[in-house]
Amino acid sequence: MTKSLKEAKMHYCPGCGHTIVHRIISEVLDEMNVRERTIASAPVGCSVLLYNYFNIDVIECAHGRVPSVMSAIKRIYPDRLVFAYQGDGDLAAIGTNETIHTANRGENITVIFINNAVYGMTGGQMAPTTIMGQKTTTTPAGRGQNQEGPPLKMCELLATLDAPMYIERAAVNNAENIKKTKEAIRKAFRCQMEGKGYSFVEVLATCPTNWHKNMKDSLRFIQEMQEYFPLKVFKDKI
Amino acid sequence: MNEKKLMKGNEALCYAAVEAGCEFYAGYPITPQNEVPENMSKLMPKAGKIFVQAEAELSAINMLFGASAAGARCMTSSSSPGISLKQEGVSYIAAAELPCVIVNMARGGPGLGNIRGSQADYFQSVKGGGHGDYRLIVLAPSTLQELYDFTMDAFDYADYYRNPVLILGDGILGQMVEPVELKKYSPILGLPSKKGWILDGCKGREQHVIKTLLLSPPDLLVKHNIRLQQKYSRIKKELSICKEYKTNDAEIIIAAYGITARVCREAVDIARENGIKAGLIQPITLWPFPEEVFRKYSDKNFLVVEMSEGQFIEDVKLATDCKGNYSFLGHGGGWYPDTDKVLKKIKELLK
Ligand SMILES: Cc1ncc(C[n+]2csc(CCOP(=O)(O)OP(=O)(O)O)c2C)c(N)n1
Ligand code: SF4
Repeated sequence: MTKSLKEAKMHYCPGCGHTIVHRIISEVLDEMNVRERTIASAPVGCSVLLYNYFNIDVIECAHGRVPSVMSAIKRIYPDRLVFAYQGDGDLAAIGTNETIHTANRGENITVIFINNAVYGMTGGQMAPTTIMGQKTTTTPAGRGQNQEGPPLKMCELLATLDAPMYIERAAVNNAENIKKTKEAIRKAFRCQMEGKGYSFVEVLATCPTNWHKNMKDSLRFIQEMQEYFPLKVFKDKI
Repeated sequence: MNEKKLMKGNEALCYAAVEAGCEFYAGYPITPQNEVPENMSKLMPKAGKIFVQAEAELSAINMLFGASAAGARCMTSSSSPGISLKQEGVSYIAAAELPCVIVNMARGGPGLGNIRGSQADYFQSVKGGGHGDYRLIVLAPSTLQELYDFTMDAFDYADYYRNPVLILGDGILGQMVEPVELKKYSPILGLPSKKGWILDGCKGREQHVIKTLLLSPPDLLVKHNIRLQQKYSRIKKELSICKEYKTNDAEIIIAAYGITARVCREAVDIARENGIKAGLIQPITLWPFPEEVFRKYSDKNFLVVEMSEGQFIEDVKLATDCKGNYSFLGHGGGWYPDTDKVLKKIKELLK
């Protein structure tokens, strides 16, 4: 256990990407020694209970509104580490507006975006990041058969804005990528604590339950996702 | 003597908010309250405070959710369609018991409606525009001085009760110009110097969590609701405010609030000059509704005047156990009363 993570047993399904990302974030918080200066969001989605695991101050926000809430907190406490934790439905569907405008204002916060290509909590419906042909409970014939359009690429979209300082897409499907994800989150947090401005880290994460895949196939599916969502640094103005 | 200044309602509101120590304002333009974000964009930075023009009302109200959680006195303003958009956030803020001030300079509806003053957002304001069992403290100023004074009070009520406070004005109040005494702020309620529940990083203490999802045990949310209702009962007891005007011997009592009450007060005076014993009950808090004052006059003749198709009248009837005789003068959509209309109606009734 890290200081930033409690002993509590997590409610996530076996193999869930949230678990790994929680672990990574808590390690970085500990290493940077900022636990007592951190305020995070709990989004509407599978990670809504993250305050049961993280031993930090947390605000649970309405679906999609996380960036607005965190913008205000950061403006009140410019010297704290303020990070938004959001799923793809939260960040890229119902909260797209807040996401883009918060990034465009260059708010000095960090957004950690868990892209698992489905709506986990509500049972596996299509997400804005569901990939072409992917079957979900609301795209039974696969995305693209019914005018759903292709997936939204948030890193690419945000990288068109001038204000963001750091944007990277990572994944948690193997040891090497997990290490890179940790480095990306560390870099993003440092960007914020040095007062530089908006940072965004997207993490491709597994949802074996709603992908209806075993662990091995789930990890393989993250490879497939990378055809749409390449892993790279999109912006580094730090 | 405090300075007196000729100003617009929307401007007076801003001066009062800054004087009361508002630390964070977020809003989005909509007529007839545009002077609020405009003035706040000047006044707040000058006072070292935070102004944000949000990308939408949804965002503005959620910024308040964050600012209030961080312990800041905060305010947002809008007009009817924008207030509708804020309702999800208002429900969350009420559920989390976060103090904040929300201003509605209401306009004609439904839909995009028009930009004239209106009181057709009464139900939305006092019965709960968002989901769930919650209440807002609702203040209804009828003059710019009241708007100024109540705005300062609103911040205290919000902090004291840990509840959102709505100032329900209308387009006329926001746009009219009159002299306002710029009173100095002094707290009207005993408030703790530091809020103990805020999020500011868990240095040397247990983590703080602000949340509204109360899943388990199954009665957790029931208990939270009961606790909220207990708080609302307390507010009802302590905070129902009302003005009575020449009601003692009145044979007809006008019930009106906000800008309408101002017109009706004049109408009462003219009626009295004409030998008609009229009086006025003007609720200042629309929630809690000043039921006890109304109950004293249960069996009287009431004329309810409001700038809507009849919303406030329901509370007047409830407060008087439907025992009175009720007449109604009002319309939505930007209709407004003047003394002639009110007097004509009174004379008709007394025929
Ligand atoms: C306003 C509103 N609309 C819909 C919902 C229902 N809802 C809860 S979680 C969720 C989707 C979450 O998906 P995502 O953000 O991808 O997170 P995940 O569960 O996959 O981690 C939805 C639609 C809600 N709570 N509030
Ligand atoms: S449904 Fe998916 S995202 Fe949610 S906990 Fe299970 S694996 Fe994780």
